[in-house]
Amino acid sequence: MSTDTGTTEVVPDVFVRPAGARDTRAPAPAAVRIEGVSQLFERGRPAVLDGVDLTVEEGEFVCLVGASGCGKSTLLNLMAGLLEPTAGQVEVSAKRPALMFQEPALLPWLTAAGNVELALRARGVGKAGRRAEALRLLRLVNLEGQETKRVHELSGGMRQRVALARSLAQDSSVLLMDEPFAALDAITRDVLHQELTRVWAEQRLSVVFVTHNVREAARLGTRVVLMGSRPGRIVREWKVTFPQPRTIEDSGVSALATEITQELHKEISRHGH
Amino acid sequence: MVTELQRRERTLLGAAEEKERAVVAGLDALDAGPQLPPRPGPWRVFVRSVLPPLVFLAGLVGVWQLAFLAEIKPSYALPSPAHVWETFSATVADGRAAEAIWTSLSRGGVGFAMSLVIGTLLGLAMWWSRWLRAAVGPIVSGLQSLPSVAWVPAAIIWFGLSNAAIYAVVLLGAVPSIANGLLSGMKQVPPLFDRVGRVLGLSTLARTRYVLLPAALPGYLGGLRQGWAFAWRSLMAAELITYSPALGQGLGQLLNLGRELTQMSLVISSITLILVVGIAIELLLFAPLERRVLNRRGLTMR
Repeated sequence: MSTDTGTTEVVPDVFVRPAGARDTRAPAPAAVRIEGVSQLFERGRPAVLDGVDLTVEEGEFVCLVGASGCGKSTLLNLMAGLLEPTAGQVEVSAKRPALMFQEPALLPWLTAAGNVELALRARGVGKAGRRAEALRLLRLVNLEGQETKRVHELSGGMRQRVALARSLAQDSSVLLMDEPFAALDAITRDVLHQELTRVWAEQRLSVVFVTHNVREAARLGTRVVLMGSRPGRIVREWKVTFPQPRTIEDSGVSALATEITQELHKEISRHGH
Repeated sequence: MVTELQRRERTLLGAAEEKERAVVAGLDALDAGPQLPPRPGPWRVFVRSVLPPLVFLAGLVGVWQLAFLAEIKPSYALPSPAHVWETFSATVADGRAAEAIWTSLSRGGVGFAMSLVIGTLLGLAMWWSRWLRAAVGPIVSGLQSLPSVAWVPAAIIWFGLSNAAIYAVVLLGAVPSIANGLLSGMKQVPPLFDRVGRVLGLSTLARTRYVLLPAALPGYLGGLRQGWAFAWRSLMAAELITYSPALGQGLGQLLNLGRELTQMSLVISSITLILVVGIAIELLLFAPLERRVLNRRGLTMR
């Protein structure tokens, strides 16, 4: 099945991004290129993903939204290399993309800095370099002075920021995020949105952000991709052209979220009968 | 390539950053979990945890004294607390207690160290090899419930009245607990931790060294603690039965001497010494170790 992709410019803007997904010029290396990917977990069961095409350009912030079970986490795991596709191609420009989970997934016997240092060790950074780099990354996520704290001494938001610092320590240009803020309270999530947006811009990352929170997607992304369920496929996508910093209360964010939600509801109701 | 939009965004983000920092700082201050209550002072510790057992012990001695006065049993079978205390201090004073403690403890230490190595290797092997786990697992678990004193006759026939026989019994007592402790510790490691190791790009060996083994540490420590308890019991059982001048006089042999001389005061003194050593190892070695590991991970209420 081919993807039915309608691109809507939500808010006209004086700033124009270079053409993104549908660039006809010489192909710049995409951060992630997914072509015709299908995923079957068991023979005879419906496919989890069916013929998914998705290209994430360098520096894009792509939000994947969809109902539970639409295969968005599976798609992310394919990009992370934790799964092999049943059919199709997955290409990622970074050798090893960084992946952030819904849970902070910090190792409780290590300090905040120790968790970041483990990622640096995996990259083969020397001992002295590890310490300095870990402190720099923790400063980047506003955790200066918390480096010796153990995981249980940190709040949920702080833990997720340590996890972000650890992902950044992988020094990958591609950051994959699997509902990383879903378990946080609204105030903390709001602050982490700001922080993530800043880090994304500063570090020039390409981000794929999976969420079921439509407003969050409109708040963060440069592009929002709506996925349908059973089988998982791409239904529609929106380019978000109004600039950062946005807030979740912005009327543009709100309008876009409303539109995406309507589309999402349409997609979900198809399964009711 | 930096576009106009990106440049504009970055400037705006810079301005927003100051505000963000202030909000984050405030949020973190509010969020930082409730402060732990201050550690109780020495007097409170004494009243809460030292005094109760002392009071109980004093009560026990009181009941014992009453039973002695009532002559429930003849005095050779139930000596007075004062008489036992006399024998106890004499045993301590003439160096027999120290000698017995040293003999048993060094034997227990060596036996436990051997069990530690063998049990750990066995646990790891059972983790790596599914086949081995299926084949050996049930037997190892079964051995845990077999009182290791049952091995004493076999050990004596194989090794004679020697240290080797005693070590064999200690090993059979402690190795299964340690191997099983490590294995169950590793089984309980959340799969998420392993995924983290994979995402970070750690090799299998590095994941074992930096993720799996540290994560399994609490279960492993539990196994060690139980392993020591089993080793110490097995040792006493073995010493009680294998009695030979060549073996020196451990606590078990001292206990057996009391039985042969029908000297109840020596029997009670020996039992007391065995108990004291067991408690001391627990309080001085395993309890602090476990508390430290659990505290670091926030798994205790303190």
